[in-house]
Amino acid sequence: MSEYIKPLPKPSPASLPFWEAARRHELKLQHCAKCDAFVYYPRYRCPTCFSENLEWRPVSGRGKVYSYTVVRRASTRSFGDGPYVLAIVELEEGPRITTNIVAPPERVRVELPVTVYFDDVTPERTLVKFKPV
Amino acid sequence: MSLKGKAAAIGIGELKPLKEPGNATALELMGRVAAEAIADAGLEKKDIDGFLVGMPFSDPGMIYPASAAEVFGLTPRMLNVVDIGGASPAGMIWRAAAAIGAGMCDAVLCIVADLNRAGDQRVPTVSVQREFEAPYGNIGANCGYAMIAHRHMFEFGTKPEQMAKVAVDQRANALKNPLATFNDKPLTIAEVLASRMIVDPLHLYEIVSPVSGGAAVVVASAEVAKRAKHPPVWILGAGECANHATITYAPSIVESPIKPAAEAAFKMAGLAPKDMNFVCPYDCYTITVIVTLEDAGFCKKGQGGAFVEEHDLTWKGDFPCNTHGGQLSFGQPGLAGGMSHVTEAVRQLMGRGGERQVKNAHVGYVNGNGGIMSEQVSLVLERRS
Repeated sequence: MSEYIKPLPKPSPASLPFWEAARRHELKLQHCAKCDAFVYYPRYRCPTCFSENLEWRPVSGRGKVYSYTVVRRASTRSFGDGPYVLAIVELEEGPRITTNIVAPPERVRVELPVTVYFDDVTPERTLVKFKPV
Repeated sequence: MSLKGKAAAIGIGELKPLKEPGNATALELMGRVAAEAIADAGLEKKDIDGFLVGMPFSDPGMIYPASAAEVFGLTPRMLNVVDIGGASPAGMIWRAAAAIGAGMCDAVLCIVADLNRAGDQRVPTVSVQREFEAPYGNIGANCGYAMIAHRHMFEFGTKPEQMAKVAVDQRANALKNPLATFNDKPLTIAEVLASRMIVDPLHLYEIVSPVSGGAAVVVASAEVAKRAKHPPVWILGAGECANHATITYAPSIVESPIKPAAEAAFKMAGLAPKDMNFVCPYDCYTITVIVTLEDAGFCKKGQGGAFVEEHDLTWKGDFPCNTHGGQLSFGQPGLAGGMSHVTEAVRQLMGRGGERQVKNAHVGYVNGNGGIMSEQVSLVLERRS
């Protein structure tokens, strides 16, 4: 296997539980009790009510493609290894997440139902991607 | 207190962009356009007492405004980097007017310039973008606008031909602009759609080309404007808004914060979209123009595709739009791409549009757009008759 040259996430104290869960193949998001809403990406405070009381909860991993693109010419060399599907997935629980759809580009469309796919890109890091249901 | 009519753009300087980086530094290009704009205004360098500058991607650094002011021998009483992406130039114009209106300055020099070195030097991003965007390849601006275009097509039935029409009409304008990078031959819808697909659904000719260049504008008080060489172009209205940085986290990806920015600008001006004689909306991509015309109120939400199809966007058409060719044909010299919409509006209102002069141009709309439809600045500019 060739060396992984794409950018890797560097977790902050706020986001570490997210990446640790992903490594265990679990999708967990922060939830604000006051707003009764999930928050993505992980933060120190709820971006709506600014409360610090955010609690980690498991979520379904189900959602749909809100929008997508097939990147045929990447902006950086590290993604120059062929077309990839970049997407915004809207999770059943509400938040939208930037991700990749692991599928042939021609299968992807707006509103396509998808489910989480954990991509163990390195021994330490797992990216949260999605694939068609 | 309102900014309405407190200050005017009285001088402009702009370079013909180069496709290659060139031998000059961004600072040297800034010096060239600054000298040109000050002379164009009929002022001397010593008259400049405010300085707003954009950080060039090719040579960024801390304490940038004082460093650049030192190079140019300026003694500003107000100096700042404006860092709202492509909206920075339009944002500078109202910030200059605000400083003048508050009595802090009399003549503010606004400069942006950069070199085409995007290939080997990318803009540093904030940690949240490095952590949650870059690992998935959401890098640069292309991807975000492509996702906006796909969702717009899904929700409103916008067609690729309609998006392509923006590039085609603006190219017709560029043919009359000696400064435009792409001004040698017309473009057809078929050619746009046959150009290479870069990020579905956006083709090569729907995406700005990075170039090297620069532009400057002098904004002055009513008192200073009396000495101007050309008719002053008054800032009648301004509005600004941002509601996200990365498009994934925007409340809607097809509706931008241009809406509140434009509403504020029109309200301050006491005018409506229908009163505009021409428009200069930021056009990093074809879809950007369609979303802008909707959100600024020139047509209903979702009707932008049909609107550009039904109207002639050329300088002689019924809805003159980006009469300089837009950035799609002018080129994007870093932040100076955004300034090209301001300089063109100023030219048109001063009556210096040359072969592409819009008849009876008294009032025009400019929009500056930063990031992925993130930061928005709308301006209403007027020439008093």
